[in-house]
Amino acid sequence: MIAPNRSSQLPDEQRIVITGIGLTAPNGNDWKTFRQALLEGRSGVQPYEIRYFGKTLAGICDFDTQRYQSKKDVRRGTRAGSVGVYTANEAIMHSGVDWANVDKSRVGIYVGVTEHGNVETENEIYVIKGFDYDTSCWSHHHNPRTVANNPAGEIALNLGVTGPHYTIGAACAAGNAGLIQGAQMLRLDECDFAIAGGTSESIHTFGIFASFNSQNALAVHEDPTKASRPFDTARSGIVVAEGGCLYTLERLSDAKARGAEIYGELVGYAINTDATDFVLPNPERQAQCVELALRRAGLEANQIDIVSTHATGTNSGDAQECKALRSVFDHCPNVRINNTKSYIGHAMGAAGALELAGNLSSFKDRVIHPTINVDELDPECALNGLVINEPQEAQQVDYILNNSFGMLGINSVVIIGRI
Amino acid sequence: MTPAEIRDEILDILEDISPDDDLDDLDDSKPFREQLELDSMDFLDIVMELRKRHRVRIPEEDYGNLASMSSTVSYLEPKMKDIEKA
Repeated sequence: MIAPNRSSQLPDEQRIVITGIGLTAPNGNDWKTFRQALLEGRSGVQPYEIRYFGKTLAGICDFDTQRYQSKKDVRRGTRAGSVGVYTANEAIMHSGVDWANVDKSRVGIYVGVTEHGNVETENEIYVIKGFDYDTSCWSHHHNPRTVANNPAGEIALNLGVTGPHYTIGAACAAGNAGLIQGAQMLRLDECDFAIAGGTSESIHTFGIFASFNSQNALAVHEDPTKASRPFDTARSGIVVAEGGCLYTLERLSDAKARGAEIYGELVGYAINTDATDFVLPNPERQAQCVELALRRAGLEANQIDIVSTHATGTNSGDAQECKALRSVFDHCPNVRINNTKSYIGHAMGAAGALELAGNLSSFKDRVIHPTINVDELDPECALNGLVINEPQEAQQVDYILNNSFGMLGINSVVIIGRI
Repeated sequence: MTPAEIRDEILDILEDISPDDDLDDLDDSKPFREQLELDSMDFLDIVMELRKRHRVRIPEEDYGNLASMSSTVSYLEPKMKDIEKA
């Protein structure tokens, strides 16, 4: 039996559950493969080269873009759109829903993005540079590719969804924010079936690499697979990754009625703001966000089994998150803490959703994948319960708490319960 | 460029903008839209590619000339006759 939470006292019509998972990560193009990679310690970080910036490292996805899109649709759209279309279709298939008979006007699409449009704008400037900056050579595709709703809109076009679609711009907290938005819209009866999570095409913009580099926050390492190393004393920054993870969310009543397999219940969530700095995190506010999510879930910190950290491998960010977590979980001997960016890098708008997916299997297999690449644990990051380099088994996993934070001080936390 | 070379150039552009279509059986006398999955954005791609590749500018009022392969080649012949094939 799972320990009770506040959500379990709600009527089934107000309880929101995950019924399908579609993803592409640098080390796997479906949930099972991704999980296997995490348990085997398999990184998805590779050497990468991009215009102007040159050689660097990145988490690169190799999903089949033409599995659900024509060549023409791939050409016309964006990489974030293709990631979205692939992961949305995979999630629907995984959910087992009779998609042909789903009322498409009652489907909502809510996609978290860190940024959108930089890739296409950089491409167009590069093109017109070859024409002495003649703007008549600027593509007519630029606007539909760069409107902020693009990735969600491409999914809607592909699936024939006529319900609401939009993106949620929430920096690197966006994956969680997409999930939260989907749950809220189901509770508000704005839709009956939500496709929610996050996407990232960020490795295709040189600007993100250049900006992190100028900030002294871009990871370098002679071995790409060891470049993303949160909590390690030799961490040197972020490995930028692309990817996506979308969930199908339904009300528990609907999921039960169609006999759906349920992968977890969203029992608590919170989003708050540091309001202290453009870039530097605020551990006090992060801790408040975690505590708010716990309070809303009706849970005590010691009832959480796994904390999936946001840590990106920057000196300051990792230490600050650990400070926040220490203040909430230090008295909780059974909590396990891990990090998924150590395998795939930072998938930006997809990060929160992907990292949650990496942990969701633990409800069934009761194994916690470790944070890899910790050769020498930074004392500032030496949290009780940190799972390092080797998977750990647990007697039971009932609750997973997933952190996802972003620039401009946005913090997001979701808590998923076993059901 | 000769009319045959202009036709090859248009085919090359169409292969880019409509990669799922088979162009081998294209009937030059029939409108593109009856044979290919083309919409208004695709026609703008033809205009844009001619501008980028050959600096040929096609005013909006002339877009109707791009309806079929034969009408396109006829329209472009005087504009492209002095352009060397790359």
